[in-house]
Amino acid sequence: MNRFFDIPSDLQHDWIGLVGLHLREALLPVLGGLLLALPIAQLCVRLRWLYPPVLWVTTVLYAIPSLAFFVVLIDYTGQTELTVMIPLTVYTLVVLVPAIVDGVRSVPQETLAAATAMGFGPVRRYVQVQLPIATPAIVAGLRVATVSSISLVSVGMLIGNQGALGNLLHDAQIYNRPELAWNSVLTTAALAVLVDALLVGVRVLLTPWMPSGSGATRTRKEATAR
Amino acid sequence: MNVLHFITSFFTDGAHWSGYDGIPTRLLEHLQYSLEALGLAALIGLPVGLVTGHYGKGGNTLTLIATAARALPTFGLLVLIVIIAGFGMLPVMIPLVVLAVPPILVTTYEAVRSVDRSPVDAARGIGMSETRILLQAELPVALPLILGGLRSAAIQIVSTATIAAYVGLGGLGRYIVDGLYQHDYEKVVGGATLVAAMALTTLGIFWALGRVAVSPGVRRAG
Repeated sequence: MNRFFDIPSDLQHDWIGLVGLHLREALLPVLGGLLLALPIAQLCVRLRWLYPPVLWVTTVLYAIPSLAFFVVLIDYTGQTELTVMIPLTVYTLVVLVPAIVDGVRSVPQETLAAATAMGFGPVRRYVQVQLPIATPAIVAGLRVATVSSISLVSVGMLIGNQGALGNLLHDAQIYNRPELAWNSVLTTAALAVLVDALLVGVRVLLTPWMPSGSGATRTRKEATAR
Repeated sequence: MNVLHFITSFFTDGAHWSGYDGIPTRLLEHLQYSLEALGLAALIGLPVGLVTGHYGKGGNTLTLIATAARALPTFGLLVLIVIIAGFGMLPVMIPLVVLAVPPILVTTYEAVRSVDRSPVDAARGIGMSETRILLQAELPVALPLILGGLRSAAIQIVSTATIAAYVGLGGLGRYIVDGLYQHDYEKVVGGATLVAAMALTTLGIFWALGRVAVSPGVRRAG
């Protein structure tokens, strides 16, 4: 146990450094995915026929195994963090696009009409009415995307130690130190749980009109069923 | 476009179509791992989700379990279990099941819980037992959502079952892992194409399943 945090020097980071690296490699893709998903989802809301094909494309992209995605990208972006982050960005779309589309669509017609009657233009209506009301659904999507992104970074280990905490898995094998594998799995899981809880907190802050108790776990499916 | 070029040369190479490393063998292995993992995950997730959803209790506990299961890194778990328990089927099955249980469990729970109360009350009113209410009133209405949960679990499994190759087993991941170490991109791209095609087929199967299994009335209402 005393060697638990004794990180081999070939990783060039201490434990805190690996945690920081891991968070960066996992969270930047989610941010990028959100920035991509917002306009795509808006297009899907505007043009209904576009939604099913967009869902198919995101599903097919999601089905490409991460390792294969990394290997193909090495040709273009080399053995870098970027090679890990691009596929992760693409994977988030499969969760984020439907979450945003369902969230925005769940805004009641009367609410939209009221906003229009108050003289809101389309942009202002989107930013001040539709997005806030869709926030719980969007955050629910962000939670799933973030947790899976944090888990997937580890696979980057296979393309030459680009997996942050996942790199510990390789060292655990070559140095025969199982505690490093434990460290990798437990730290990654703890990060995922922490960031997940943080996102719940963000949602509570962003939607002060909603109950923060057990109702906070309401999913988008239920939200749209109402 | 060199990716397309890789795909054509992979699939036109006769050597890839027979023997223990042929596409048919690897496809079957991949199918076997995926079905086993999905079956195990459904065996855990469906009954628990149905019963808790029926009584509408334990939602917070389920969310907690699902969050914890999602937080476990699939690849890390694989390596860790190999280190602890050695090579074999176990290190592959545990991460795949852990990956697939949360979507099945949470969707089933939410699907059953959010079924419209009036038909359920009507079923109770005409004297149906709780088991019959669950199986004959709630399940048919909740089925489209439940199938959706199973579908996303299945697609994640098909895509992730490639990790089996990292611990020396077969499946389509063989092409990807071998291709990585042999610097044979044609193999990597070919393997990835097969996995994506299998995921698409899975989507198609679930679409057909929805057509057959979901009652016409529920489908029209949805």
